[in-house]
Amino acid sequence: MMQARFSRWVVAALASMPLAALAADPVPWQLNMGRGVTASAQNAYEAHMLALWICVGIGVVVFAAMAYAMFRFRHSKGAVPDTSFTHSTRLEILWTVIPVVLLVIMAVPATAKLISMYDTRESEMTIKVTGLQWMWKYEYLGEGVEITSRLDRESDRLRQNRNATRAELEAHPAYLLSVDNELVVPTNTKIRFVITADDVIHSWWVPALGWKQDAIPGIINEGWTDIREPGVYRGQCAELCGKDHGFMPIVVRAVPREEFDAWLASKKAAGQAPAATPGTTDDAQGTEPADPQAPEQAAPATDAASAV
Amino acid sequence: MSTHTATADHHDAHDHKPGFVERWFFSTNHKDIGTLYLLFSFLMVIVGAAMSVVIRTELAVPGLQHVSPHFFNQMTSMHALVMIFGAVMPAFVGLANWMIPLQIGAPDMALPRMNNWSFWILPFAFTMLLLTLFLPGGAPAGGWTMYPPLSLQGGANVSFAIFAIHMMGISSIMGAINVIATILNMRAPGVDLLKMPIFCWTWLITAFLLLAVMPVLAGAVTMLLTDKFFATSFFNAAGGGDPVMYQHIFWFFGHPEVYIMILPAFGIVSEIIPTFSRKPLFGYQAMVYATAAIAFLSFIVWAHHMFTVGMPLGGEIYFMFATMLISIPTGVKVFNWASTLWRGSISFETPMLWSIAFVILFTIGGFSGLMLAIVPADFQYHDTYFVVAHFHYVLVTGALFAIIASIYYWWPKWTGRMYNEKWGKFHFWWTVVFVNLTFFPQHFLGLAGMPRRIPDYNVVFADWNLVSSIGAFGMFLTPFMMIFIFAHSLKHGAKAGARPWEGARGLEWTVPSPAPHHTFATPPAIKPGDLAHDDVTH
Repeated sequence: MMQARFSRWVVAALASMPLAALAADPVPWQLNMGRGVTASAQNAYEAHMLALWICVGIGVVVFAAMAYAMFRFRHSKGAVPDTSFTHSTRLEILWTVIPVVLLVIMAVPATAKLISMYDTRESEMTIKVTGLQWMWKYEYLGEGVEITSRLDRESDRLRQNRNATRAELEAHPAYLLSVDNELVVPTNTKIRFVITADDVIHSWWVPALGWKQDAIPGIINEGWTDIREPGVYRGQCAELCGKDHGFMPIVVRAVPREEFDAWLASKKAAGQAPAATPGTTDDAQGTEPADPQAPEQAAPATDAASAV
Repeated sequence: MSTHTATADHHDAHDHKPGFVERWFFSTNHKDIGTLYLLFSFLMVIVGAAMSVVIRTELAVPGLQHVSPHFFNQMTSMHALVMIFGAVMPAFVGLANWMIPLQIGAPDMALPRMNNWSFWILPFAFTMLLLTLFLPGGAPAGGWTMYPPLSLQGGANVSFAIFAIHMMGISSIMGAINVIATILNMRAPGVDLLKMPIFCWTWLITAFLLLAVMPVLAGAVTMLLTDKFFATSFFNAAGGGDPVMYQHIFWFFGHPEVYIMILPAFGIVSEIIPTFSRKPLFGYQAMVYATAAIAFLSFIVWAHHMFTVGMPLGGEIYFMFATMLISIPTGVKVFNWASTLWRGSISFETPMLWSIAFVILFTIGGFSGLMLAIVPADFQYHDTYFVVAHFHYVLVTGALFAIIASIYYWWPKWTGRMYNEKWGKFHFWWTVVFVNLTFFPQHFLGLAGMPRRIPDYNVVFADWNLVSSIGAFGMFLTPFMMIFIFAHSLKHGAKAGARPWEGARGLEWTVPSPAPHHTFATPPAIKPGDLAHDDVTH
């Protein structure tokens, strides 16, 4: 039955997301972290697996020793306590040194991975991510293209219907994990993200990309990705940001470079006029100097908005 | 000097108890105040558990069926505040009140009137906190950590919650002062510091942690208060402040707080495991030093709660290494407990079962804690159900299991009655099954990508969530089992002797059961074998 449901889900996923890489999370009854589609995700996965196996190893030894003791030295079997066995310098040294060694085995590769994950140099493009209650705004810096990305209508309808049936929810395989406007990015391109927020703290997280980074008002954080495989990668806001925290998903659509360039060009052509007059007042931060098209008069409005 | 107040009641000799109001409302007796703390904590456990049932009911199946997202957020925030400040911390203070004077041969706590005050603040603090549920806009919904700017979006509840936290903090600080004053000044002759029961040691160190960090929390929430109502900008970037600074200050409190909730638990199982292994605690001094080392390290690792806020690389690496170091003294403790079992003569009475489960399940929580310290992996784990699983393993199967173990262990001393062993064991096995059903699948959910604090989720997360909810519903029955077991014991339990556990050592077992209203009015003369650790060579 579990198998049947699994394959049903896979079929549904295939049907709805022709671009989806099947490696992407999540799947029903999933037990472990996914491997993702970037070097960072691979790093996270490897660091996770190394730590997991070391913990499993320690656990097996310690719990087996305890189990043996509990079986072997039972009062009911007439075990006589060895009350002199209360101290052993040798053992104490042993169980200090071995864990230290294990920690070093974990810490060294983790540090190397962390350093590479922090290296945002030589990025080929930059996308500014702004978290708002409760949507994401993406800006292709220097391109004049801006996207606002919200929960898709069908998910929004379903989640507000208290009587939505399980079948209805299953019919929408990306329930709560799909958006109206996806973030389209090129594959095999080092993309730098600058991440901030307009109101409260959010956190931008796509598990397949391997990291999350908090989006904090007044602070600009960085991250980067280089997606190997075309596909649709889904994530969610990971920092409690108010009542609709669970309803601001993230969808990244990674496409080959040429396709991306064509998409960007079409977006530019279509968005030239509206882009010059950024939308409503409530999502206008607009203080970033990187936005050459921001009209001068937007600034005072922003100050008023952020003072609230 | 303080012993004058402690013995001011001159009815010591004939165990005279004052009338109801005087005894329970104006009480200065450490045992009665300990009982009040424990009863209060038990009530809060039920309130907090009821909130978790609301959470798990909503999360049992995908779709939003029962509560609004806003109310869901109130439940998660209040569940944490109630369980941390209302259930776990007061339970430990209650145990400290009951047991520390008995274990060190003191007539009472050093500051009995302050003791009364520090308890009686709590019901008011929690009444106020819980009443915020009925305010327009509801209770705090920004998480128990109250990160600004989100927490400042709350309405009137912000001020009530902050005032309640101030009161809990004052209560904790007074409790800590009392523990320190009692342990340092009122030990009976012969109870040297390094012969003291390990429970007293862990509480002494915990009390210093409380003294150090509760004022920090008070400062952080006071800054929230002035940001909200008095136009300051401590945490408001638009006014030159920094929202991340709040997180640094909060976790400078919050991480030692984690150990405040676990060190006394270490002490409890370090009492119980030797008793039922009929063998002294292995590596007593190593245990004391490991506790102190953990306490020290707890002050310098706080930012591992904040690996994704955008700290500089050096900061991330430092906090990763420092955090990993904690596993060394914690490991020493676990190895010492295992070695205490080794070549013992082990029996499995209910307190022992809870303690062994504590060692195993707390260690699992420790493992996930170590994994969370690895920054590249934490970029995935952070703020997911993996974290929820982790801290429930250390707080429920850690702190709470130890508290329950201690209740079974010292119940005969408190009441003079034994509980029903068969029912105690049933309570234990039931809890072990359902607690693992509740929390183990949450590891999987987090690894699969389910963020914490969300009221609804994709169908793909449905299966493990249902398992987890079934576990939570099973868990919710356990406090009622406890009521039944202990009420039955009070009425029908077999009479307990002064030392109901064959292997128990320590001064608390030298007084009759139930412990008289006043004990050790004159310091006890310590006989060989009275103390568990009178041999200072180990």
